[in-house]
Amino acid sequence: MPSVDLKQIGRRALNSQLHGLGPDTNQTLWRIENPDGQHALACGLNVPITVEIAGHVGYYCAGMNQQAVVVVEGNAGVGVAENMMSGKVHVKGDASQAAGATAHGGLLVIDGDASARCGISMKGVSIVVKGSIGPMSAFMAQSGALVVLGDAGEALGDSIYEARLYVRGQVRSLGSDCVEKELQEDQKHELRALLDAAGVDPTVQVEEFRVYGSGRKLYHFNVDHASDY
Amino acid sequence: MCGIVGLFLKDRELEPDLGALLSQMLTMMTDRGPDSAGFAIYGQAEAGRLKLTVRGQALDKVAAGLATALAQPVTAKVSDTHLVLSVPEAQEAATRQWLAQARPDLSVIGAGRRIELYKEVGLPADVCERFGLAQMAGTHAIGHTRMATESAVTTDGAHPFSTGLDQCLVHNGSLSNHRSVRRRLEREGIDFATDNDSEVAAGYLSWKLRQGASLPEALEAGLDDLDGFFTFVVGAETGFAVLRDPIACKPAVMAETERYVAFGSEYRALTPLPGIENARIFEPEPAHVYAWERA
Repeated sequence: MPSVDLKQIGRRALNSQLHGLGPDTNQTLWRIENPDGQHALACGLNVPITVEIAGHVGYYCAGMNQQAVVVVEGNAGVGVAENMMSGKVHVKGDASQAAGATAHGGLLVIDGDASARCGISMKGVSIVVKGSIGPMSAFMAQSGALVVLGDAGEALGDSIYEARLYVRGQVRSLGSDCVEKELQEDQKHELRALLDAAGVDPTVQVEEFRVYGSGRKLYHFNVDHASDY
Repeated sequence: MCGIVGLFLKDRELEPDLGALLSQMLTMMTDRGPDSAGFAIYGQAEAGRLKLTVRGQALDKVAAGLATALAQPVTAKVSDTHLVLSVPEAQEAATRQWLAQARPDLSVIGAGRRIELYKEVGLPADVCERFGLAQMAGTHAIGHTRMATESAVTTDGAHPFSTGLDQCLVHNGSLSNHRSVRRRLEREGIDFATDNDSEVAAGYLSWKLRQGASLPEALEAGLDDLDGFFTFVVGAETGFAVLRDPIACKPAVMAETERYVAFGSEYRALTPLPGIENARIFEPEPAHVYAWERA
């Protein structure tokens, strides 16, 4: 198992080593020591490897991830897993703003809280936050699912398209054109599968969640809805 | 961009290390602000005396000239382009008047019982080195690394800004209504030394404090009156406070342990602190005032 001391080799050397791996590499488990909040760690990976980062990371960790599993054993800065395409990113602490922003696929699991704009403009990713999320989360979320075991801050799902937002706790307020809906059978299955994939305690029931989605008034400009824009 | 940092010590044993820690924090924020850097540090007060931080060139003879003019003992510490004068509290106005007449080339950039304020153009590590920040002690300090957006790269435009005794402010962001707020404050008798938007925020808080508001109340009022993007860290004689705009446009992370409370634009800035691995790390919420004070 390659173990890399970031203090020794630095971020660029680490990222180029990871980018140099072929799809059939035998070096499938990497351990990164002393991340010290550095930015852009394990970005742009496109091989089925696991990268464990032993501590807090800075901005855009695991951005654009494909196939890889990235585990952050601490907190993550702004934009963790932004634009992820596939694979899995697991933050064991809290995540800063814009976690999972614009991500198309894969699974982002945050064991702690995520702050403002979690899942902003998400395009197909699945995000499971075991704590609470900050204001303006899922702003303009287009598709995918955001699961929150705690509470959601102000203006959840403002201008949302067809993403599903499952919240177990309180929602401080809903954003423009975001409405509560009835939990459908297929959504219960999706939610159960996401909770299991994220390793959530199996005693947590899907019925404890409320689902929010688009009121579908903002898709096309309509002068009668001008005040909602 | 810009980087801001703050460190408020709860544990007195850390006081001799305050400058060394802040200097490392500032240096960590070089990427966010390589244009200029500055810091305000709150050290020991001397009974009945006031410190004035003066900036300019040819500083060696200022103290002697002032002492003669005031007919009072004046102590002075020259540090590169800055001079900290210690004068009897009652002589503040006379000191300012003498400086304005005898040395109009100098500017008073900070004054108070405990505050000393230093700022210069250059890389943060160089600025810290020039002023010997690593050797300074105190109870709390705030600092700033600047990437200029709203005004020129000059020492005048560097932070912190101080517009009242023992008060200072660092700002990451940009204010959009600073012109109108400035005009209103000028009518209220608040003086500004620069065209900088952040100085307006400092002046606004000084004005509120002058009207009797507490520091948290002054910041709370700022949420209504200041428009734009901001994360502020504000220093006062006995503590410091943090406020972010209602959409939390600019980054902020805080750490608290039994020994200190620390603020950084990014977590990286906090990594030099002792015991940071086990600190409670959190992001200040938007539009929420956080304040710490020491008796």
